[in-house]
Amino acid sequence: MSKKLKAVIIGPGNIGTDLLMKMMRSEWVEPVWMVGIDPESEGLKRAQEFGIKVSSTGVDGMLDHVIEDDIRIAFDATSAYVHAENSRKLNELGVIMVDLTPAAIGPFCVPPVNLKQHASQLEMNVNMVTCGGQATIPMVAAVSQVQEVSYGEIVATVSSRSIGPGTRQNIDEFTRTTAGAVEAVGGADKGKAIIIVNPAEPPLMMRDTIHCLTKETPDQDAITESVKNMVKEVQKYVPGYKLVNGPIFDGNKVSVFMEVEGLGDFLPKYAGNLDIMTAAGLRTAEMFAEEAHKGEITLPAR
Amino acid sequence: MDLKGKKVTLHDMSLRDGMHAKRHQLSLEQMIAVSTGLDDAGIPLIEVTHGDGLGGSSLNYGFPAHTDEEYLNAVVPKMKNAKISALLLPGIGTVDHLKMARDCGVNTIRVATHCTEADVSEQHIGMAAKMEMDTVGFLMMAHMVSPEKILEQAKLMEGYGANCIYCTDSAGYMLPDEVTEKIGMLRAELNPSTEIGFHGHHNMGMAIANSLAAVDAGATRIDGSVAGLGAGAGNTPLEVFVAVLERMQANHGVDLYKIMDVAEDIVVPLMDQPIRVDRDALTLGYAGVYSSFLLFAQRAEAKYGIQARDILVELGRRGTVGGQEDMIEDLALTMAKEKGLI
Repeated sequence: MSKKLKAVIIGPGNIGTDLLMKMMRSEWVEPVWMVGIDPESEGLKRAQEFGIKVSSTGVDGMLDHVIEDDIRIAFDATSAYVHAENSRKLNELGVIMVDLTPAAIGPFCVPPVNLKQHASQLEMNVNMVTCGGQATIPMVAAVSQVQEVSYGEIVATVSSRSIGPGTRQNIDEFTRTTAGAVEAVGGADKGKAIIIVNPAEPPLMMRDTIHCLTKETPDQDAITESVKNMVKEVQKYVPGYKLVNGPIFDGNKVSVFMEVEGLGDFLPKYAGNLDIMTAAGLRTAEMFAEEAHKGEITLPAR
Repeated sequence: MDLKGKKVTLHDMSLRDGMHAKRHQLSLEQMIAVSTGLDDAGIPLIEVTHGDGLGGSSLNYGFPAHTDEEYLNAVVPKMKNAKISALLLPGIGTVDHLKMARDCGVNTIRVATHCTEADVSEQHIGMAAKMEMDTVGFLMMAHMVSPEKILEQAKLMEGYGANCIYCTDSAGYMLPDEVTEKIGMLRAELNPSTEIGFHGHHNMGMAIANSLAAVDAGATRIDGSVAGLGAGAGNTPLEVFVAVLERMQANHGVDLYKIMDVAEDIVVPLMDQPIRVDRDALTLGYAGVYSSFLLFAQRAEAKYGIQARDILVELGRRGTVGGQEDMIEDLALTMAKEKGLI
């Protein structure tokens, strides 16, 4: 039996296609199906050209093939509205769901912070928070792993071209979900998230600022080391994750300034916000595959 | 220019835009003193919130002395005639803040986006309109794009339910001809029942002239701030604008002496620094940079030894938009590293 887990991607848009391109290089996850709802969609045609099986009738169009194709992992890059049903149908067949929508039915997953824990518990649905969350929560966690953080705040600035209509129509969902994950995963008692959309041309690289307030005087050396180590952890799956300035200290305030350059697979390099989502989603699936291969977890019986 | 008999609704910014100049530290007593003075002078609409709008309380923009809710609950019950407005920037504040403001008795919600990003405001404008509030779409940094683009974005906001659209000169960059062109196009093309507003900053000394141009071109709501208390070199100084409108025999409804007295006796004494066109504020206007960056750039200068003016010009070159205050320290650090200062 191959060590690779076979996967279905739901949603052949920008995110799904970028994910597919990354997955084709993966040692642990093999893309088998791409699912959409429009037979004419560019994304489905592209997937077909890559030799991937496609369904244009949604998840229902491939459920009958889950067992025979041994599909073990699903990535949902559609919308919060349809995610719950997609997840239910695939979970029933023993497929682990990596949720790239804002639905957040399952626990938040930020790979360098809590992926190991989710994988070891064979969590059947994990949610990848938001792009801003993936880019910043590792930094909040880097500080809170050293000492208690009473307040964590993140500011994500993204290029106008990199943010789609779904996010625009429900930008509150971004701020709420990210703030919630700054608390739940980042380890801050209270979280706040701000998103700024910048239309400059050429488009600006995603940049993120992370501020934390520590309860006690910050241990500058320990926090600096922790931040640098965490940057290296994220760089394992997003090589363009870069510490631009900081950590700098002002009283109990710790500030870190980041830039996120994407790999430029399907999405342009400035769209580091989208890249970090697809890379984190894939990294998550790979960890499940690695754990299953090592025998640390047992996938649902078939 | 003939403005005789034209109706102008003046909207005071000193307790919202002025919060930038006060690092969001106005006390409840100060808020009450200024707002009751303005109410008594006949100002019909007064904005009260954190400088960056509802939910602006943050390390990034500054923690205020009091929450938005505390400020609103202090001011709203004291108003005899004036209505209270609140600003909301999607991405910073949410519809939860909007509902809170409505529950506090706020009459007018102004949903502000960068002038090309109106589609992030659908949720908030839609909710405010649904709650039958006076709902304003506020297009910031309007100097950065063409009149056609402003119109396109204004139509989006109008479509979401806004009954008033603002062309906002957040950087104090515009000259009167540009104001005439942009306001004129909005007036000609938007629904006749949609009001048009203009919000100026005085960074190039043009706020009064620009506001007059706006009224002449069809704007009926003009933002200003008593004694100019606002970000950068301040907003259109309201007592000055009232005097000018008075001489032009426009219909503004404000008592000139009373608003002069609010400016002189209440607002000027509470300023932390003179609000004037100093070299840094002038640079904001000249380089087209968001006015609230002023004090952040000056603090970065004090901390890292890079001239505020140089930081502001570079921010303009990079096309930064409102809300990107975090770029200032980041950029100052990078510039200081390049110069070998740190």
